Amino acid sequence: MFGVLGPNGAGKSTVLRILMGLWHAQAGSVTFQGARLPPPYDALRAQAGVVFQRATLDDLLTARENLLASGRLYGVRGPRLNERVTELLKVAGLVDRADERVVTWSGGMKRRLELMRALLHRPKLLLMDEPTSGLDEAAFRTFWVQVSRLRMQEGLSVLVSTHRPDEAQKCDRLTVLDEGKQLVTNTTAVLSRYVGGDVVTLEVESPDVTAAVLRASLKVDARVVDNTVRIEHPEGHALIPRVFEALDRGTVKGVTLRPPSLADVFFHLTGRALSSRVSNEPEPMTIRTEGQP
Amino acid sequence: MNAAAEWATVRVLWARDVKRFFRQRSRVVGALLQPVIFWLVIGSGFRSSFRLPGMEDLDYAQYFFPGVLAMVLLFSCIYATVTVIDDKAQGFLLAVMAGPGSRWALVMGKCAGAVSIALMQAAAFLLLLPFAGAQVAGVDWFYLVTVMLVSSLAMAAAGLTMALWLDSQPAYLALMSVVLIPAWVLSGGLFPLKGAGPVLSALMTINPMRFCVEGLRRALYGDGAALTIGSLAETRYEVWVLLWWALGFVASAAWVASDRK
Repeated sequence: MFGVLGPNGAGKSTVLRILMGLWHAQAGSVTFQGARLPPPYDALRAQAGVVFQRATLDDLLTARENLLASGRLYGVRGPRLNERVTELLKVAGLVDRADERVVTWSGGMKRRLELMRALLHRPKLLLMDEPTSGLDEAAFRTFWVQVSRLRMQEGLSVLVSTHRPDEAQKCDRLTVLDEGKQLVTNTTAVLSRYVGGDVVTLEVESPDVTAAVLRASLKVDARVVDNTVRIEHPEGHALIPRVFEALDRGTVKGVTLRPPSLADVFFHLTGRALSSRVSNEPEPMTIRTEGQP
Repeated sequence: MNAAAEWATVRVLWARDVKRFFRQRSRVVGALLQPVIFWLVIGSGFRSSFRLPGMEDLDYAQYFFPGVLAMVLLFSCIYATVTVIDDKAQGFLLAVMAGPGSRWALVMGKCAGAVSIALMQAAAFLLLLPFAGAQVAGVDWFYLVTVMLVSSLAMAAAGLTMALWLDSQPAYLALMSVVLIPAWVLSGGLFPLKGAGPVLSALMTINPMRFCVEGLRRALYGDGAALTIGSLAETRYEVWVLLWWALGFVASAAWVASDRK
């Protein structure tokens, strides 16, 4: 599984849309199974399954009808198509609702059906453009459990674009995009080592002032990200007591120590946050005491 | 691209559009009632004041019937193609565009669906033919169906060209109101070509919709009625003109569809 990680506007969907034959590439070439393809990459499109960022099911058709229509598009027909549709509906856990129109379905159910639709013609390659966009955490997990299972069963190669570090972490290899440029490509394990050790995050009143103090006193690379102070350090646990010593009492409201994520790799490469908040992440809880705002 | 993939794309899109039409009850009811109301209200409104020199026996409801039949085809094609705007950006059509069929197949599939729906609606409206003064036995059914088929193909392809080119439904509806609706008004369906002012007459002469209305009128009421009202020749040339328009619009739709940005 290969991932394309980047913030909104990095060019992830553009890459996917070019491969899907929806857009022309202004430069570069596409090679599939060892052969360089002319646009619009007919051979690739015939052997690829596609999951789009937004649902592309027909709401007026039933789940079964959506799958049947897609199968016919790719030349699957007759008893073979009916068997395949039933098989995939079972895999998705949607067989009991196969004859319902999908208009009333939840986002998670539609996504699962879209995944099954993409696999109807037994493609060699699955292209997914931010496939879990808008899903809650439970639907996100269910979706990826099914992708993992189907990858094993069907022997699929997967190309997925995402802005979510946790989704990118599922990939074997990853390319990081920013502002239309490819920054780096490697395995997720190697990419994680780009960040020097642990990541320490401090919640403080004045992040800019605090970062400046820490840079001057501890000679660490303290930077402000999303209104927090972020420090990469080989031994984070040893750094934290020194931070408290360097700052006035009460300055630090909260501290986090964690191994680096792919979001940290992106920050390391660009100096900017991948996204200020993952869309499905809950809002931070604010505790107010009586008489105080 | 292989022929099987092309044919499959056309069939899937055609079947989907027909299925969708019958699943939208309000659309079916509207499609059946709107032309009837239009014909009855406007037809009876102008009945007393409408006189055609040389055709005093023809009342306005009779005169107006081919115009409403053309309107049925036009509106049906508009409704069938306007959905393409959202469909191509984030709907089922996007999945079809990423599939193995070509953009030509996509255009032909959408046109086939729109034409089928238009012909079904027109067939329903034609049940009123006995009330429109036409002798059912005297109707040239072959010519009528041919004109309806070719006209609706031209209208569907024109609507599809607009829908593929534009990015929002309001823009489509705005363009429709300045292009397609005036084309119908100036088709000779509402008032005859003969007697119109020079500017209107020139616009009506080059208007593709005119050939649709004249062809329908010729098929329903015979050559005599069509020529008196404004047709230009005794030969049945309308269908050939419409065919060229249809081919032109299909080519334009395919050209717009093949633009991959």
